[in-house]
Amino acid sequence: MKIVTVAGTPSSGKTSVIIHAMRHFIENGKSVSAVKFDALDTMDDQIIKEKLNIPTLKGISDYICPDHFYVSNLEEVFLWGENNNSDVLVIETAGLCLRCAPHITGIMAVTIVDNLSGLDAPKKMGPGIFHTDIIVITKSDLVSQAEREVFKQRIREVNPDAEIINVNGLTGKGSLLLKRFIEGSDDIESMSERELRYSMPASLCSYCTGEVRIGKKYQSGSVEKIV
Amino acid sequence: MTMSNNLKITVSGGFNKNGEAESLSELELHPETSLAVIGPTGSGKSEFLSDIEQSASKDTPSGRTVIIDSEGVDFACEGSGVIAQLSQKMSFIMDGTVERFLNLHAESRNKGGNGLILSTLEVANTLCGEPIRLNDPLHGLSGGQSRALMIADIALISDAPVVLIDEIENAGINKLKALSVLSSSSKLVIIATHDPLLILMADRRLIMKNGGMESVAERTESEKGILEKIKEMDRYTERVREDLRFGVYPLSSAEAVL
Repeated sequence: MKIVTVAGTPSSGKTSVIIHAMRHFIENGKSVSAVKFDALDTMDDQIIKEKLNIPTLKGISDYICPDHFYVSNLEEVFLWGENNNSDVLVIETAGLCLRCAPHITGIMAVTIVDNLSGLDAPKKMGPGIFHTDIIVITKSDLVSQAEREVFKQRIREVNPDAEIINVNGLTGKGSLLLKRFIEGSDDIESMSERELRYSMPASLCSYCTGEVRIGKKYQSGSVEKIV
Repeated sequence: MTMSNNLKITVSGGFNKNGEAESLSELELHPETSLAVIGPTGSGKSEFLSDIEQSASKDTPSGRTVIIDSEGVDFACEGSGVIAQLSQKMSFIMDGTVERFLNLHAESRNKGGNGLILSTLEVANTLCGEPIRLNDPLHGLSGGQSRALMIADIALISDAPVVLIDEIENAGINKLKALSVLSSSSKLVIIATHDPLLILMADRRLIMKNGGMESVAERTESEKGILEKIKEMDRYTERVREDLRFGVYPLSSAEAVL
């Protein structure tokens, strides 16, 4: 089974890009399954199901950090994909804060970033950009050729090795290249004992456990001060 | 850039919308030439541009194969920087001046020097009516100025040897000069258009029909005569337009003469 983890900023077009790339696999007679992780609620799994008619699974993290929830469920998701006899399993992450990159060593990692997010975005996105195999740039049909090139160059500075692809989330133009790269990735035999490419942030303080009041006396655990 | 010198695009035919083999089975394109892609709406112009952009390999709806190579070295994807694009719906999103924009782009291409920035601006200003200044904010440029700056920037700063243009006819720029600026920078220009002037400006035209490449036609000597005539009409329209824009009233009788 090929596995691909997809990360990216909110509204960058993760789901649209996934739909276009997976459609190429389906046209080739491959069976595809998709998992969507999110924090509060998402319709993405339904959208994928309607457009592609494939098995989908939704993981809502609720009060837990969505990326911690994601990593705690990777084995379960892997088994679910196997049980569907999937040739390709797509795992779409929540795409909220940019502190971590939910990518896994040895498993095809795709990060999606949109060309409208400003020329400094590649630096701000940190591990999402430097710990990934493929960077998909969306919405580049809306910006000048020069800004495309500068944006791409900025990504290159952060990650010199990743493949960089432009995909139009609306028309799917460019999604073929993405499909070809995923097709060329290794088959994954198991999820257990693999490692995240980048550690997740430490978070164990009173606010993690539901505290809402502001003030020193309510703060315990790992608390650091700005000044 | 050396890769543009021997660059070649080979398009091998696929199928039209009825699933029949395309009438034109192979098309070869070289730098310093221009190709107009023509045909009615729905004939497959955008699909053709898209196939080139994606280096189709029998895996797009057309079933075409596109090979972009230079002396056997394959440039498999758009990501390799072979292709620059220009379309009506592009805009600048950067917050800054024209100068900063051009500098940023030049730096990202490892080019520099005030000379390049100034000559790019100079070229841009030959394409649009109102002059662009270095310290103008990018977002304050008019539609025509923006398009003019994009074209000059692609011609002079971008390294991409192939330029794909999707309909720039209504951009408010001197399209005649625009096309010659791009082709004179030793680029291969492929333009999907309905504009007779742009079509006849191109060395060759690819005629699309029902999703398939129907034929490719070289511009004939007598068509060059027609081109001259259309150019004259274009200049005429331009002159009248400028007079009207600058409030000339009434238009002089000399203007009745084409």
